[in-house]
Amino acid sequence: MSDSPAQDSTAVEEPAVDFSAAGVRRGFTDGLPIALGVAGYGVVFGVLARQAGLTVSEATLMSATVLAGAAQVITIELWDTPIPVVAVIGTTFVVNLRYVLMGAALRPWFSQLSPLKAYGSIFFTADENWALTMGELRSGSQQGAYLLGSGLAIWVCWVAATVLGAIAGSVVGDPSTYGLDFMLTAVFIAIAAGLWDGTSSLGPWIPAVIVAVLGAQYLPGRWYILLGGVAGCLVEVARFDE
Amino acid sequence: MSEPALSPLVVAVIVGMSLATYVTKAGGFWLLNRITVSERVEAGLEVLPGAIIVAILGPELLDAGPAEWGAGAVVLVMMVRTENVLLALCSGLVTVLALRAV
Repeated sequence: MSDSPAQDSTAVEEPAVDFSAAGVRRGFTDGLPIALGVAGYGVVFGVLARQAGLTVSEATLMSATVLAGAAQVITIELWDTPIPVVAVIGTTFVVNLRYVLMGAALRPWFSQLSPLKAYGSIFFTADENWALTMGELRSGSQQGAYLLGSGLAIWVCWVAATVLGAIAGSVVGDPSTYGLDFMLTAVFIAIAAGLWDGTSSLGPWIPAVIVAVLGAQYLPGRWYILLGGVAGCLVEVARFDE
Repeated sequence: MSEPALSPLVVAVIVGMSLATYVTKAGGFWLLNRITVSERVEAGLEVLPGAIIVAILGPELLDAGPAEWGAGAVVLVMMVRTENVLLALCSGLVTVLALRAV
């Protein structure tokens, strides 16, 4: 990958950055079309969260404060009575570990903002608007508020879509009537299709599936999910050639 | 409605999730001057979400039946062809219902 965060850290000259309302507006306008795509997943998340037993308020609170699509959907998969607290929070952390790289890549620009602006904006990081922001900043734009603006567009759509989906999910009775019991599986297949990066994905994915299938057979609870994911990650680390 | 809108335990779990997420988002920005991540580790972190998703799917599909396999294939094909999530999901739901009715 040409846009690895590691390369940014080697950029010596500090690009000039400002933080303005115009930057927020520009980010918001550019982010809106992508945010509408994100909203599709938001509706689905709302329906699934409701089916898993969360109330409309709880689903909305989760979308507003966590703001991480894949982690939230995976949480719904894990959600149970009683709630497996450690697995839910631990899995959320591991699924989101990639954000560490994304935050690091923002450093050349964000280190020039005040901590409040930098750390406040970073809350609004999502995969989609991060990519958009990196493109904008690399092109020489000085809009430090672009991440905040595009993130706000995603936040608004994500939260509103969650409310819609959760309300719709409340109306539906037995999930299997509409095939909704299959929806979570379908969502994961859709996400996997989006993450597919050519045959090189097979390297980590095959061991992940094998370990998960064995783990599901022989281990209690849902630990096989985390175990499979970590196995895939380790295989990728091991087979990586410089 | 007997259930409360917000149960304290659920709120606590959500707060835990949001803290875990924010730590990852802010952590990289905060840590970078102190640690350098090798490209090898970077590659590992990048494949994590996909690996976790297929780790969920593997056992789930193994336990499922022909209706879910067929519908899963439809979702996959629709995603690849159209890249439209809602369209892919709706096609999958229609397929699973149709196959289950057979």
